[in-house]
Amino acid sequence: MQPTPSQTIGPFYWGTIVKVYRADLAPPGVAGERLSVALVLHDAEGAIVPDGLFEIWQANSHGRYNHPEDRRNLPLDAGFEGYGRASTFTDGCSTFDTVKPGRVPWPAGGMQAPHINVSIFARGLLNRVATRLYFDGDPANAEDPVLKMVDPARRSTLIARKDAKGAWRLPIHLGGPNETVFFDV
Amino acid sequence: MTQDLYRRTGAGTHPANLSPEYKSTGGRAPRQPAIVLPQTLSEITGPLLEAERLDALENDLTRQRSGEPLGERIVVHGRVLDENGKAIPKAMVEIWQCNAAGRYHHPGDQHDAPLDPNFYGGGRVRADEDGGYQFITIKPGAYPWKNHHNAWRPAHIHFSLFGPAFATRLITQMYFPADPLLAYDPIYNSVPAGARERLQAAFDMESTRPEWALAYRFDIVLRGRNATPLEN
Repeated sequence: MQPTPSQTIGPFYWGTIVKVYRADLAPPGVAGERLSVALVLHDAEGAIVPDGLFEIWQANSHGRYNHPEDRRNLPLDAGFEGYGRASTFTDGCSTFDTVKPGRVPWPAGGMQAPHINVSIFARGLLNRVATRLYFDGDPANAEDPVLKMVDPARRSTLIARKDAKGAWRLPIHLGGPNETVFFDV
Repeated sequence: MTQDLYRRTGAGTHPANLSPEYKSTGGRAPRQPAIVLPQTLSEITGPLLEAERLDALENDLTRQRSGEPLGERIVVHGRVLDENGKAIPKAMVEIWQCNAAGRYHHPGDQHDAPLDPNFYGGGRVRADEDGGYQFITIKPGAYPWKNHHNAWRPAHIHFSLFGPAFATRLITQMYFPADPLLAYDPIYNSVPAGARERLQAAFDMESTRPEWALAYRFDIVLRGRNATPLEN
C-alpha cells in the first residue's frame, strides 16, 4: 500500500490536540537528573515562530525507551513515558520539564551521547521536521556517531546550552545562516 | 551493516518542503538537505500513549457541548494501516477542524463567519485491534486564507497519527471527494500528482446512517517495516 502524504499542521491546532498532553514528563519519583529544556523556534529570517509545535521523545535516565522495541534489561520508571508536546506560544518557546536521558546504543556498536529527539510542526511546514538536542559539555558528545555525521561547522545547532535560568536552551532555526541540522529518520 | 526497520519513503509521496505556491513555506522550509540517519533505538521507538485515558465522547464532536452543533452531521471512519497492509492496533488518532461555517474555535481565526458555541472541533480516538477508528462530526466549511487573491481552503479535517515509532509520525489532512476547490488549493497540490488523491476520503454509502448521517471512509497508511528486518 502507498503511504499517506504529509500535510501542514496549520495554525489552528492549539486548544484541540495540544491541551491533552503535558510538557512535564517526569512526575515525582522518576529517577535521574531533573532539568528543563527550552526549545525556541525561528524562521529563516530569525523571527520567532509563534504558531509552531514541538514534540520530544527520549529515553529515561537509565537509557531505556518506554517501548516494546527496546528489549534491553534496564529499568523503566513508573509514570515516565518520555513523550512531551507543547506549542511555541507567543515567544516562540516551548519548555519541557524532564530528566536527562541516559545513553542508548548505536546499531554498529558503541553508544550514543545523551540526546532528546525533537519533532517540529508549523504552518508553512508541509512535513514534520526532525532534529536532536544534545547537552553542551557532555563528554560523550565527542564520540557520538550522529554528531560525527554532521559538518563540524553546523554541530552547534544541535547542542543546547544552559541559560541564565538554568534551563537547557536550544534555538531551532528553520532556515537562514544558522539553519538547524535536520534528520531524515 | 544493519538494515533500517522502517522503509524509507521515496520521492512522489510527500510534498517538497519548499512549495512556492504555498507562501508560508518561503520563510519556514529548511533549505539544506536532511541528513539520513540510520534507524537506532531513538527512531524505532516512539510514544504509544498507552496511559492516555480517553473520555467516551472524545470521538463524537457533536456531543462535546451542551447542545447540538449546526451543520451536516457525518461519520468519518477508516483504518490505520502500514505499507504492508498490516493494521496498526490501538493507534491514537487525533483530529481537528473548523465548524460548518468555516471558522475554527481558535483565537487566531478571525474569519468573518460565526462561531458555533456547540462545536469545539477537536477529537481523539484509539483505533481498535484491527486499526479501525470512527468519528462523528460536522462537515467542515471552506474558508478564505489570504495566501493569494481569493484563496479558499477546500473543506478538510486535520489528522494526527503516531504509529509505532518516532519514525512513523504523520500529520496530514483529509479532504472530501470531488470538491471543486481542490484544484485551486496550494496545500493539497503541494503533494505530487498521483499521491494527492490519497488524501481524499471516499463517500461510503454503506456506512451512512439512514435518517441521520452521511459517511466518508479515510484509510491512513503509515510507513511499514522492511520485508526482512534483522531482529535480535
